Amino acid sequence: MEPQFHKVVVKVLVSIAADRTKTPLSLTFEDGKEYVIDRVRGRQRAAATKVGGTGIRYTIIVGGRQTYLFEDEDEWFVEAKNLHV
Amino acid sequence: MANTRAILHSDMNSFYASVEMMLNPALKGKPVAVCGSTEERHGIVLAKSDLAKKAGVKTGMVNWEARRLCPGLIVVPPQYDQYLKYSKLAHDIYQRYTNLVEPFGMDECWLDVTGSGVYGSGMEIAQAIRQTTKDELGLTVSIGVSFNKIFAKLGSDMKKPDAITEIREHDFKERIWPLDASELLYVGRATDAKLAKYGIRTIGDLANTSPDTLRYMLGVNGLKLWHYANGTDTSRVMPYDYVSPVKSVGHGVTCTADLLTPEEVYRVMLELSQDVGHRLRVHELMACGVQIYIRSNDLYGCQFQCKLPFRTQLPHEIANAGFKLFTEKYKWNDHVRAVTIRGIDLVPKKEAEQLSMFVDTQKRDRRARLEDAIEDIRRRFGKHALTYGCLMGDLKIPDDGRHIVTMPGLMYQ
Repeated sequence: MEPQFHKVVVKVLVSIAADRTKTPLSLTFEDGKEYVIDRVRGRQRAAATKVGGTGIRYTIIVGGRQTYLFEDEDEWFVEAKNLHV
Repeated sequence: MANTRAILHSDMNSFYASVEMMLNPALKGKPVAVCGSTEERHGIVLAKSDLAKKAGVKTGMVNWEARRLCPGLIVVPPQYDQYLKYSKLAHDIYQRYTNLVEPFGMDECWLDVTGSGVYGSGMEIAQAIRQTTKDELGLTVSIGVSFNKIFAKLGSDMKKPDAITEIREHDFKERIWPLDASELLYVGRATDAKLAKYGIRTIGDLANTSPDTLRYMLGVNGLKLWHYANGTDTSRVMPYDYVSPVKSVGHGVTCTADLLTPEEVYRVMLELSQDVGHRLRVHELMACGVQIYIRSNDLYGCQFQCKLPFRTQLPHEIANAGFKLFTEKYKWNDHVRAVTIRGIDLVPKKEAEQLSMFVDTQKRDRRARLEDAIEDIRRRFGKHALTYGCLMGDLKIPDDGRHIVTMPGLMYQ
């Protein structure tokens, strides 16, 4: 069975506060498609259970929908759904 | 109960294999084994997943043996950097509860949470650690909770994976004593055989043997084992930043091909001694003895050691003493596969030395100055800028870049 998700490394625009708290503002996929992050709802260390690995998990709202963005050793990634075409 | 300690022993279940499966979810629910490379003659199973274990795959098995037992086995090469990373992240979780975190190898840790009452009891902290490790790292741990390190460790082995076992003062006799003596820490093959000769088969047997008898049989270690078995061991959990004093400096390799002649063994020893000498220098220590460990190609190893008539950090003196031991003690039935050489009985370089009448001290001084010069040249131009003529050519030593992992050591008192 094919896994339903895969790890996609994304480019992220981050704002870093004086206390070094990071807030991701937008994320850009490899094909150049950019998504603005409306809101960051949570931030905790967690395992990326769908694609493997771990990191700081940001619970973000993009276009009204909730999703996760991970940061692991300066690499940002998302759990992207496999599109069977 | 006020004086009772709360000690946790956390064991990350089939650590290497679990990390591999966590990093690559496609491996989940499949028989997986992490194996060394056959080409470099490290081709043994280092860790296996539960399914592979069920099929009979054991750690230390040769790769082809494992494949035969478990035909669908997925073999993956080890990624030590990842294991170190997740080991460190797990240690970070432990340190949220106490600074008394003592690693035992990469995947095991003792924690002393006696003074961590604000976070709850030992059991509550164990629950929290188990859940946090699963949520944050996607890895499972089994934890033993008890009033000493030994029972905590035995507890962590009782229920796996992702489980907690508590051993209390009032129930350890029912739960620990029926276990085989070999389950106890530091009861290896040799000790177990010795105990069996006296009819001591379980930890309970050991506990009920008089300490004098055990001391007679096994020396001070016998006494230690008696305390372990009776739950009266008081060894401490050391703080995370504790660095144990250097007790020996050694270096060893598994050769790329068997060593067929004593000369080849000597060359390997001399090459290894370069590193030993260098590290003795770095730590400003002198060795008063040499220890060698030889593993033949039937995989059995033997260890010999001797005292030196002087203290040294000179590579060729260490190698010569090691080789002398080798020629005197080693019975050449099988060819040699792996060699380790260590400087032991270390003393600080600054300490005054009793000179021997039978050693040419002037000659040794000249040699030491020569080594100083060699060391300086190597520092400036690289490790291989200057070497012995006899070390040219193929030494059957694999290229550098081997990962060095701190192995489980001794218990601190």
